Amino acid sequence: MSEQHIKLPEGSIEKQTTTLNLGPTHPATHGVMQNILELDGERVVSTEQTIGYIHRAFEKIAERRPLYQITPLTDRLNYCSAPINNMGWHTTCEKLLGVKTPKRVDYLRVILMELSRITDHLICNSIVGVDSGAFTGFLYVMQYRELVYEIYEEVCGSRLTTNIGRIGGFERNFTNTAFEKIEKFLKEYPVVLKEFEGLFLRNRIFMERLMGTGAISAERALNYGFTGPNLRAAGVDYDVRVAKPYSSYEDFDFKIPVGTTGDNYDRWLVRSQEMWQSLEIIKQAYQKVQEFKGAEAEVYHADVPEYYLPEKKDVYTKMEALIWHFKIIMGEIDMPKGEVYHSVEGGNGELGFYLISDGGRAPFRLHFRRPCFIYYQAYPELIKGGQLADAVMTMSSLNLIAGELDA
Amino acid sequence: MEITNEYIRERLVEKFGEQVTGFEESFDMLSFESPKDLNLKVLQFLYDDETLKFRFMTDLCGVHYPDNEGRELAVVYHLHNLEANVRLRFKVFTSVAQPDVFSATALFSTANWMERETYDFYGINFIGHPNLIRILNVDEMDYFPLRKEFPLEDQSRIDKDDEMFGRGEIFQ
Repeated sequence: MSEQHIKLPEGSIEKQTTTLNLGPTHPATHGVMQNILELDGERVVSTEQTIGYIHRAFEKIAERRPLYQITPLTDRLNYCSAPINNMGWHTTCEKLLGVKTPKRVDYLRVILMELSRITDHLICNSIVGVDSGAFTGFLYVMQYRELVYEIYEEVCGSRLTTNIGRIGGFERNFTNTAFEKIEKFLKEYPVVLKEFEGLFLRNRIFMERLMGTGAISAERALNYGFTGPNLRAAGVDYDVRVAKPYSSYEDFDFKIPVGTTGDNYDRWLVRSQEMWQSLEIIKQAYQKVQEFKGAEAEVYHADVPEYYLPEKKDVYTKMEALIWHFKIIMGEIDMPKGEVYHSVEGGNGELGFYLISDGGRAPFRLHFRRPCFIYYQAYPELIKGGQLADAVMTMSSLNLIAGELDA
Repeated sequence: MEITNEYIRERLVEKFGEQVTGFEESFDMLSFESPKDLNLKVLQFLYDDETLKFRFMTDLCGVHYPDNEGRELAVVYHLHNLEANVRLRFKVFTSVAQPDVFSATALFSTANWMERETYDFYGINFIGHPNLIRILNVDEMDYFPLRKEFPLEDQSRIDKDDEMFGRGEIFQ
């Protein structure tokens, strides 16, 4: 209207763009990421990203550390689903060292990995809600994430940075309480998830905010190296759990939910569907674990004394166990030479570990394929031409975790 | 048709002859290398070929081999054929004195940040990259920290007095 009636001189305020620094820390964005947006009114013209504010020199540190000492570093990658990072790292080590894990260990790992996938998706989906102004979902689901954290606590003693595995298995067997808690979770969670979906799924405001924003085509998503829910939302059914099964994922029956448009709403839907699938997997895995009887039900690690740490109670009381523990932690046993790339389906995509071993006690080179790092570079393309408010939604629906982004 | 490592190797040798070398299989993944000025041609061939179809770049990173005279730095590409579900590792080597490698950004958008990261850590200069600046480290930095000449602090140092860390007394 104004353009027709008022003749503004060239280069006047109407034609000028504004530069807006969104972040590094900003209430509307999570984590430490800076977006330098060029805005024409509310419309995003172009944008540039700055990351690295919490860079920890992860790969450099790993070059001086034996395998076990790298484990706590991996916890801090995607801290919303730390067990997956842990398992990813340990399965990589096992691949390199040629350790074969017993089936029961695999199933227990699957249970933990799927539980952490649920927490990861739950946080992401509820945060998308928060960014669109719906706080209830977030507030409501926290206590159910808590149920999962209690399971972790029962299995390994910690909640967030879990350090949950060992090379070859677990530090201790799952207690009965742990199984009870899993059962409780399996019973209660579907009801909650249904209600959680009910809050958002057909909510008019939520749909209007999400549909058609931050969309990416399947072709562009592939070119950008998208994986995980973000790629599946665009309609590509690539899932590492199916493409290259690890930890006995081939034994389970589950579907890969895919979207069509690749926009924010589809990403939300895919994550939501995946939580249902994860529940299915946990149910099956739990069933399979229950089938082990007698001595088999006591198996929780592979028989590899050269890599598997002695029991804690022995370490505290027996000299040999203490020495042996020390030797393993300090990496006295050399790794075999070789290069290995191993990937797992993380909470937000393919989490890959590329390890080059020159036969020493620490990796010669360790590189992490971090899914967040790859999504974020597509961000300018996703938000270009959209509203500023959509940019915030797109950011949260990509599930960016700063710890993983900066590594 | 199933794409085996043997088949990929045959196709590559057929196309590039003796310029592709170092074929190796570790943990089921085929790995090979080519001269650094051929990297784009090889990537393009792997991308375009109707049977090979390596159209997904999983990963790109650098490696530093300080003892490898004349080819100290390596760029490692991990490619994936999603249809046949085959992975591939492709390497090019370059010297520290002239670390110039062609950028793969025109072919894979995903290579953009990965190459920036590799530049940031190893100083590999990707020719043709639209925005080759540091990504994780500060801009003022004038060295490339993941190269091996910058070792982490030695844990067995003796000039580091334990007493300063409140542990000295116990061991005396």
